[in-house]
Amino acid sequence: MSFLVLDGLTKRYGAATAVDNLSLSIEKGEFLSLLGPSGCGKTTTLQMIAGFVEPTAGAIALDGADLLAVKPAKRGLGIVFQSYALFPHMTVGANVSFGLEMRGIARGERERRVVEALDLVGLSGFADRFPRSLSGGQQQRVALARALVIRPHVLLLDEPLSNLDAKLREDMQVELRQIQRAVGITTILVTHDQAEAMALSDRIVIMNEGRVEQIASPDRAYEAPASQFVATFLGKSNVLMGRIAQGRLEICEGTWPSPCRLEGGSVAVTVRPEKIAFAEDGLEGTVRNRLFLGSQWLFQVETGAGVVLVIRQNSGESVPAEQDRVALAWRAEDMQIAPRDASEK
Amino acid sequence: MTVAAAAPTRSRAPLTPYLLSAPALTLYLVLLFVPLLATALLSLHSFSLYKGIEDVYTLANYRDIFGDSYFYEIFVRTFRIAFLVTLLAAIIGAPEAYILNRMRAPWRGIFLLVALAPLLVSVISRTLGWALLFGSTGLVNQALMGAGIARTPLQFMYSETGIVIALTHVLIPFMMISVWASLQRLDPAIEHAAVSLGAASFTVLRRIVLPQALPGVLSGGIITFALAASAFATPAIIGGRRLKVASTLAYDEFLNTLNWPLGAAIAMLLLVANIVIILGCNKLLERRYAEVFR
Repeated sequence: MSFLVLDGLTKRYGAATAVDNLSLSIEKGEFLSLLGPSGCGKTTTLQMIAGFVEPTAGAIALDGADLLAVKPAKRGLGIVFQSYALFPHMTVGANVSFGLEMRGIARGERERRVVEALDLVGLSGFADRFPRSLSGGQQQRVALARALVIRPHVLLLDEPLSNLDAKLREDMQVELRQIQRAVGITTILVTHDQAEAMALSDRIVIMNEGRVEQIASPDRAYEAPASQFVATFLGKSNVLMGRIAQGRLEICEGTWPSPCRLEGGSVAVTVRPEKIAFAEDGLEGTVRNRLFLGSQWLFQVETGAGVVLVIRQNSGESVPAEQDRVALAWRAEDMQIAPRDASEK
Repeated sequence: MTVAAAAPTRSRAPLTPYLLSAPALTLYLVLLFVPLLATALLSLHSFSLYKGIEDVYTLANYRDIFGDSYFYEIFVRTFRIAFLVTLLAAIIGAPEAYILNRMRAPWRGIFLLVALAPLLVSVISRTLGWALLFGSTGLVNQALMGAGIARTPLQFMYSETGIVIALTHVLIPFMMISVWASLQRLDPAIEHAAVSLGAASFTVLRRIVLPQALPGVLSGGIITFALAASAFATPAIIGGRRLKVASTLAYDEFLNTLNWPLGAAIAMLLLVANIVIILGCNKLLERRYAEVFR
């Protein structure tokens, strides 16, 4: 039995379904991300776990016990909110201490654990400051300390890094992962940032329109996306139309041995830009744009199947220039093939 | 041409804001400061029944007021009423604002209108309405006696209780709107955060919501207090001829005794006392919440 189990969780608002029959098992100590565009139901799912939203149907079990029967205040979950939701009229120390106070923990013990928690997030000596006098990153750390100090069963993070600037966000990602490892706490992160989800999580739940598209480890989801939605949402992808005839896949001039048994039908082929190489023959096209990104080159190649995005590592070798005629090739195992009808839904 | 246009603009620039605000400033000066100054000067003149107002400067009026327990009693009553009204308005208005803030459309709009209704009714008809309710055979007394709470009719008319009730009724909206403004700045996630940390609903209210709404309660209190202390029509009708407050006292001095200088002195003292109390509260508020709400 997994530590936290969501079973057929559903939330409807009138005719609209925010979360549709979501089932999920989370192991103890796992870092799981709910990833999807806004309105995909990820935040609603988090709020149902937290108890702020009542599910229409389904069950949630924590460590084998029914969590829905427990009042939100008694669930013992640590939550970090997008807006941090610090208590502005209390000092940092009082903010962190609040949860311990509610648990009736004695003053001495309380003070010791507040110092410990602030140490953990690198904010020792900030206990007497007020939240308003802290930077966004520091407020975020206080929110994390406040959630962790009560030693929650599960840590819920609701877009915790989205209000930080890019540099700080990367630093906090590394730190968040370190802290999570150090404390060993089961963590659910809600985010719309695919890079963040991939960098932090053990597993990603990719959601769209209230439904789960795929549950997999970041690399599995990236390399073998279960749907075209996942392929385009996680990183960049090229989706090309082709057809399969006599065991071979044809995309305009290029042919590949067909890795699947779909015979004689139109298919949608998904290829990651970094898996595409320039070759002697294959899919022919003209380089329309060439962008230098430092460690990489990014090409937009116009082909008979549409504009194809190609990313090549900057290895010091010469690369095609704009307006050059090129041929694109990739390994048969680097593409995902789906029947055209299915991909169009 | 560009050069010619630029030069006068530069010299005119610093004057422009003053010129633009001049009409409003003039209006303000003429309508507020001139009458106030005239009243202040008037309060320093002397008055006698035979000679009328004399153009001298003396503090005799103020000496009279401070030396007479009759005036002292009236001023104490005025501020006692204002204090009670403020307290009641806070006790009723703050929860009202909280409930209203949690309501959804369309109920929020409907109940906001209901709550603001006292302000939409003319002060005379509203107060006369209270007078009808307060009479010894009025609805309030009949209800109290019918419910067995009172054996004989209670005295609401011509009593401080009546004035406090009627003033509280009309001043609650000011408190409510002020508290509501501060509640709307509250991040709804903050209450969720407190709940997730294990706080029961009442604790959330007491430890998290109330402290953040307190600046709103205090600023609403200042408005309520100032308006209650200087209210005229309600104490005049409910309090009648005998139960005077500072504003009705000043009115009587002006229009009945015709002792304008004394009336002016009473009005000035009411103003000064009001300003002192309000500035004191404001200082307290600023010092207490400086680091929290900037």
